[in-house]
Amino acid sequence: MSKATLTFAVLLAIAFPLSLLAGRVWIDPAATPNAAIILAELRLPRSLLAVVVGAGLGSAGAAMQGYLRNPLADPGLFGIAPGAALGAVASFWFGYAASAWLLPLFALAGAAGAMALLALIAGRTGGIALFTLAGMMIASLAGALMSLAISLAPNAFAMSEIVTWLMGALTDRSWREVWIAAPPTLLGIACFRFARRDLDALILGDAAARSLGMRPGALQAWLIAGVGLTVGSGVAVAGIIGFVGLIVPHLVRPLTDRRPSQLIVPSALAGALLVLVADSVARVLPTVTELRLGIALSLIGAPFFLWLLLRMRKGLA
Amino acid sequence: MLAARNITLAERLDGVTAALEPGCITAICGPNGAGKSTLLSVLAGLLTPNGGEVLLGDTPLAALHPRQRAKRIGYLPQEPVVAWDVAVRNLVALGRLPHGDRGRRQVAAAMETLDLLPFADRPPSQLSGGERARALLARVLAGEPEWILADEPLAALDLGHQLDLLRHLRREAEAGIGVVLVLHDLALAINHADRVLVLDRGSLAADGACEDALATEVVERVWGVSARWIGDPGARALVVRGCSPSTKLR
Repeated sequence: MSKATLTFAVLLAIAFPLSLLAGRVWIDPAATPNAAIILAELRLPRSLLAVVVGAGLGSAGAAMQGYLRNPLADPGLFGIAPGAALGAVASFWFGYAASAWLLPLFALAGAAGAMALLALIAGRTGGIALFTLAGMMIASLAGALMSLAISLAPNAFAMSEIVTWLMGALTDRSWREVWIAAPPTLLGIACFRFARRDLDALILGDAAARSLGMRPGALQAWLIAGVGLTVGSGVAVAGIIGFVGLIVPHLVRPLTDRRPSQLIVPSALAGALLVLVADSVARVLPTVTELRLGIALSLIGAPFFLWLLLRMRKGLA
Repeated sequence: MLAARNITLAERLDGVTAALEPGCITAICGPNGAGKSTLLSVLAGLLTPNGGEVLLGDTPLAALHPRQRAKRIGYLPQEPVVAWDVAVRNLVALGRLPHGDRGRRQVAAAMETLDLLPFADRPPSQLSGGERARALLARVLAGEPEWILADEPLAALDLGHQLDLLRHLRREAEAGIGVVLVLHDLALAINHADRVLVLDRGSLAADGACEDALATEVVERVWGVSARWIGDPGARALVVRGCSPSTKLR
């Protein structure tokens, strides 16, 4: 087990039980009435979901940065997160969101649609530039359609629901969402693991990677599947949660030997830790209504991003 | 043997046929746009020709799985790309990816061969151009390929480092490895290669022992310059008097 994996596994093992106790009402398992029920039915699924969503976003960020050889890459670049969000928005628009299963299913269908479109446009060539541009186009199209859906919402309630949902949150989630998100996320991380050697080969650039046996089309297929499963399922149960995929690989990289293959599992653990801690903080903060997780992470992420840019500028100077 | 049979690639290569032998250094020379890098990419299996085929031994290259091909042919691209600034030790170990093992012995041997052990834990950003070129060649050697195909490996190096890298490549050729280099510098080609292929506008203009393939009349005809070789074989220098009056540079 690498140093990074061990570090984040230990931190997660410490943070997880604490997150179960943290909240607007701190739980004392021995004294709080109905503590067992609150823990088993509310806190535990929510914390587990934070771990699942964070692990998916963190690992997807590590894989994307490795694939594009760019520290500023984010899983959102593929257009799969906006595609999933568009699916969820459609379920609100058509009034299906009241059904607990239909919203995530619509979101998963949106993610699958974005994946299929991406594979169709990028084709078998496996060219990274075309692939990234196709992803950006899908993200832009999905964003425009979401704005259209909001502006043409059938009623004010639907509009409010859409906007609130898009901010991303883990409030009031149950075991159902855990079961929806956990299997695809694990499968997605497995896809990244399958791609790890090819991601390492890309350290040497596209031509050298191909000479080492990397097949661009196959690698792209693993990545589309991986990002689709991790990010698509994450958006399906928690809405848009930004910056995790961008920040986490940067936090993890200094603890590894910097090869993309060594980043995937520790980034999954670090992503899980970050979302778990951010969600716990969002629960504990004495705001009138609970701070949305997506907002909390963006508030952390934006200054980090700025710091990253300033550091890069210093490096270039 | 690595053989190109009547290779054609849309407007870049036109019916190139050449059978390359292991155990020697073959240089591919030609003016800009002649198709040197394209031919090397075809020989490495990175580009699929429109017509003709490449044979590795008796097997068509296209019939080999990319990983099988990668175990047998090591390719060094012109651009010395290293993302993420991984340490030299890990950079060299990338050569073992087709084999799916860590290859500690092979990695250590490649680093020792190219005098890289003192830099093993250093990132490439802290290496000189020569050290970096050696690290990238060590990556190819770690894969223990039968063939080393390198696209202008000497282009960014000073004279001393050029000779140093050529010395390493000669040692590999003497060990039975087939070495194929794209070279712009005709003096390096005539002095250090065993055989030279000259490409002109996608076609093979000359192929043979370096003194013959790079004879003055070939240089004048293909490069469009008036030139003559001076010095003794193995220590030649090209004196260029100017463009041939009848030739337009491409």
